[in-house]
Order: sequence, then C-alpha cells, then structure tokens
Amino acid sequence: MSFNSIVMVKQVPDTANISGQVMKEDGTVNRAKLPAIFNHEDRASLELALQIKDRFGGKVTVITMGPPRASDILRECLYMGADEAYLISDRKFAGADTLATSYVLSEAIKFIGNYDFIFAGRQAIDGDTAQVGPQTAEKLRIPQVTYVEEIIDVSETSVKLKRKIDGGFEILESQLPCLVTVLKDALFPRPFKARRVMAYKNAKTLLELEKITEGNSLLYIDQLKDEYFNKGWYIHTLTMEDLKLDETRCGVHGSPTKVHKVESVVLAGGSHEMIPPSKEGLSKLIDHLMEDHILG
Amino acid sequence: MNNNQVWVFIEQRDGKPADVSFELLSKGRKIANSLSGELKAILLGHNIQKLAEQTFLYGADEAIVYDDEALHHYLTLPYSRIISELVEKEKPRVMLYGATVIGRDLAPRVASYTKSGLTADCTDLQISNVNYLRKDYSDLLLQIRPAFGGNIVATIISPDVQTQMATVREGVMRMEKIDQPSPAKITNLEYKPDTIDSLVTLVEQFRQESKVNLKAAPIIVAGGYGMQTKENFALIQELANVLGGEVAGTRAAVDAGFIPSERQVGQTGVTVRPKLYIACGISGAIQHRAGMQEANKIIAINSDPDAPIFGVAHYGIIGDAMEIIPRFINVFKQKLR
Repeated sequence: MSFNSIVMVKQVPDTANISGQVMKEDGTVNRAKLPAIFNHEDRASLELALQIKDRFGGKVTVITMGPPRASDILRECLYMGADEAYLISDRKFAGADTLATSYVLSEAIKFIGNYDFIFAGRQAIDGDTAQVGPQTAEKLRIPQVTYVEEIIDVSETSVKLKRKIDGGFEILESQLPCLVTVLKDALFPRPFKARRVMAYKNAKTLLELEKITEGNSLLYIDQLKDEYFNKGWYIHTLTMEDLKLDETRCGVHGSPTKVHKVESVVLAGGSHEMIPPSKEGLSKLIDHLMEDHILG
Repeated sequence: MNNNQVWVFIEQRDGKPADVSFELLSKGRKIANSLSGELKAILLGHNIQKLAEQTFLYGADEAIVYDDEALHHYLTLPYSRIISELVEKEKPRVMLYGATVIGRDLAPRVASYTKSGLTADCTDLQISNVNYLRKDYSDLLLQIRPAFGGNIVATIISPDVQTQMATVREGVMRMEKIDQPSPAKITNLEYKPDTIDSLVTLVEQFRQESKVNLKAAPIIVAGGYGMQTKENFALIQELANVLGGEVAGTRAAVDAGFIPSERQVGQTGVTVRPKLYIACGISGAIQHRAGMQEANKIIAINSDPDAPIFGVAHYGIIGDAMEIIPRFINVFKQKLR
C-alpha cells in the first residue's frame, strides 16, 4: 500500500513585513520590493504529504503556479524531501484570481495524474481567501477536506482526518482521491536535509536552463535539459500551451473578480485627546470615563 | 425571470443559526432593496422549519428549505452540490455566506461550479453603478476588503458574471429585526441523494459552545505584538479583570501565541462594538481597526506616536504599555476604595 501525493505550494510576498518603501505613491503595492517567502501553511501541507510517504511509501510531487522566481520554493520542497517539482508559469497567467488559478492548477494536476492525495495550505497570506483548494477539488470532481490538523488513518481506499470546526473539531472519513487543506499550527515542517540541499541546489527550471545556454553558444538546451533530468535536477516547467489550456479561462481573462479601486489607507488622525502617561494624567482620564458611566 | 435576487446561506447547527447569517440577512435586505429584488434565505438541515420562520424577522421574502435527516450535519459534498444546482437554475444576482469554517468551505466550491465571482472576508458591501474599462455597469456589488497586509483597501467587482458572491465575518454587519416582516413564504424542496454525496462521512464531532463572547463585552482590553511576550500579556488580563472586561488581541498577537485565536479582533477575527476598547501595544493595521473602530470610546497606549491606532483613538497615551498598565490599575483601584 503506497500513496502518491501532489502538493500545491505558493510563493507569497511577506505581507507581515511591509515597509514604507514597498508602497508606491499612488497607494498600490510594489510587489517586486517585497521579500518573497514560502507560504507557511503550504509548507505544513508538504510535511503532511512527506509523513504519508514515510509511513506508506509513494511519491510526493510539488507544483506551483507563479513567476519564474517561484522556483526558489520548489527547490526548498526538494530540500525537504519532495521527489519531483513542477513550475506552472506563463505570462498569460498574470492577474489570475482564485477561479482562474484553480483552473490552471486542476489542469496541471490532471496532466501529472496518478494521485491519491492533493495537499495545500488552508490559505495563502497574501490573499487569505482559502478558496483555491476547494475550487481545485471541485474542478477535479473529488472530495475536499479543509482545515485539517491531523491524518488519523489511511486505508487502501479511504482516509480518516481530524479537522478544525468553529468551536471544536470533527473526524471525517473520505474516499480517495481527496484534496486536503492544512492548518499551519498542526504540523512542524521538517528542516532541510544537508545532503538534499547539496544535491538539489542545482535543480533548475527550463527557464533557468535557457538562461545558461543564452550565454554559451556551445550548450544546447535539449541536451542540457536531458542532463539535468537524468541527474534528477530538472524542475518540470509547464506553460499554457504545454497544458493545452483554454486562454479565456486563464489569468485576467478567466478571472470573474476584478480590482475596481485601490485606496491607500489614509488615517483621519489628530482628533484624539493626548493623555500624559503620568499618575495625574491617568487619574483624570479615569475620572472622565467614570463620569460618562463607561467605567466603574 | 427576476435576476435581481439576493440569497443568503443560513448556517445552522442542530437548528441553531449562526449569528452571522442573520447579520447577512439584514445587509441582504438593504442590497435587495437597492436592486428592487427579492431576498431569499437558503437553508439546509434537519428539523429547521422553525429556523426558516425566523428568517422573515430579518427581512427575508422567501425561505428555500431542504429539510432531511441526511443533511443534519454540514457536509461539503451534498451541501455544495445542492446549492450549486440551485444557483445554476435560479441565477441569483448576489449570494452571501458567513466567513465561518463552513462558509469558507462551501462558498468556493459553489463559486467554482457556477463560475461565479467570490470575494472573501468583505468588510463592506454596497450597490453602485460602475464604469470599468470604459464600460458602464449598473447596480454592481462593490465588495470592499483590506488587502496586502492592510496597507490598502480594495474594492472588488465581478462585472461579467451572473452571480456575485461574497463572504463576510461575524459581527461586521449589524443584525436588525425589521418592522414589518413579509408573511412567511417557505418553499420546501426535496433532497434527492446523489452518489457523490456519500464520498465523505462524519465519524464524530466534538463541539463546545465558546465561552468567549467578545461581541457582548462592554469593555475590552486588547494587546498587540508590541506587548512582546506572553508574560507581558498577563498585564492585559489583569487590567481586564480589574475593569470587568474581556481580553482580546490582534492577529499578530494570536500568531505569536500570546492569546488564543477565538479572542482575535479584526477582519479575520471578530468585529466588536464595546463601550470601551483599550488598545495596548497595538500599531493599528487596518485589519485590526476594521474590527474595533466603532467602539464607543477607544484608548490607545503605544510608545510610537506615529502608530496608526491613534488615528481612531479618542484618548492617546504615548509610552510603554508595560509601565502604563500597572499605573492605570493602581490609580483605578484607589478610586474604587
């Protein structure tokens, strides 16, 4: 009994550390200036997939849809123990909302095929929507179990999971294949293995290999690709054309939600009364609140 | 066919509704009025006729009910299949869900099936005419939410789809009974099982009604990441105890493990409107302010005079919260004597 997992991961801007330089004058965010990180809950979901592999055997494949630099987190997945990685990247994917994203990811998953589990983090910190997981499951016509904290048991055809609900938890049994979204507090992702870092720091996407050949007329891309593939260093790279996707369902065209207006946050300010932090200041404030029957 | 219907998914457990569902009915009533459309409550469950009747007090024109033993507990597959098919058939203009664990599991699945636009965690909803890319659209749903770490507020629209969907957190909209409810019009539809419905089964469920009720607390003392440690956070608890209030925190404080998530105030937590809100070591990101700025009185304690929290405060105290809170407690205790 072994199980194959596909893990959906995302590189996200570190929204917790936004500084003034990142904001443009018109109030929009300059994404290029933000540090890009591995979405925490996706890392936790990879951990869960690796635990299943440790217990039962099978293969763990990671996929991400994103710009070329998203290959950084795919290498991190390989360092942790993933067997194979796919970068799904195309300029035509730009501006995708969750519906368009789930279309591309579900088609990539169909392309890879042969899976028992799809894993993803519950949500990504740049949008906090938690929508891509369920929308991908719907498009694959498979069950979804969201907010998962623990896999309790796996049988040949089904899985028993513990998930968080409002005010408690529940245990569900789902037939396989099934899509699972994971909470970050549930699992502690394993550190990188030194041996794997040494091996996979060389892993490259097609786009990265093309850059190498551009500067060297003696190198041919197909040869180089084969060489990397044979060493296990090739990060599969799929475009809209490779996946034979319907362009009207990708990127901005395939996204029903549009950003109509963006406003930077302007603070009213100045209307509050300053209270000195001294004993006297606080005493006056408390008197005031007591007179208004707010305190006491 | 009237394409201006507004639907609200009514979430319930054992016949008890989630507060957010009635809050959304109240908001849905206003949206339906702007669209000159009907407001419909969508209910799935078992023995929920009484609950269906309550929806009219909050403005529903009609309740559509699937009442069946098999639907007693929420399960993704039957619920999303039934609602998807219903949306596809009736084509409402707007559909709203609570941004609860159930709503966030259900809404995206339905939106994917029906290819609807869906915006999560809205802090405001409005109806307006919109000019987008030089095209005029009348009566679109403006879905307003903070984004990108709270540095911006985005207005999202879904101009070219039939159904505009949104989720909203509990407490964001006000629950209001209406003066003259429509006569109860309950449409019971039959649940017809499908093979996909039973792919996932409930083994067991453990649930405890939360003892924390921040929404009802008249006084809330809240701490942010600026409290630095869990030990310092105990000061927040002490102040709350002395004042007879509840303790709350920002998302950063929750993420840092200072306080459990059920006490998080803000866009992804609870929205509160207490008589007094004391914000300690809270910088005041918009997601947090969205959850507390309607408090009657706000005191902000922060060592950074430029912290955005002062922008919504009525009283500002600049200084180290770790020194000011004990002083506040002392002064207050002396006055009680």
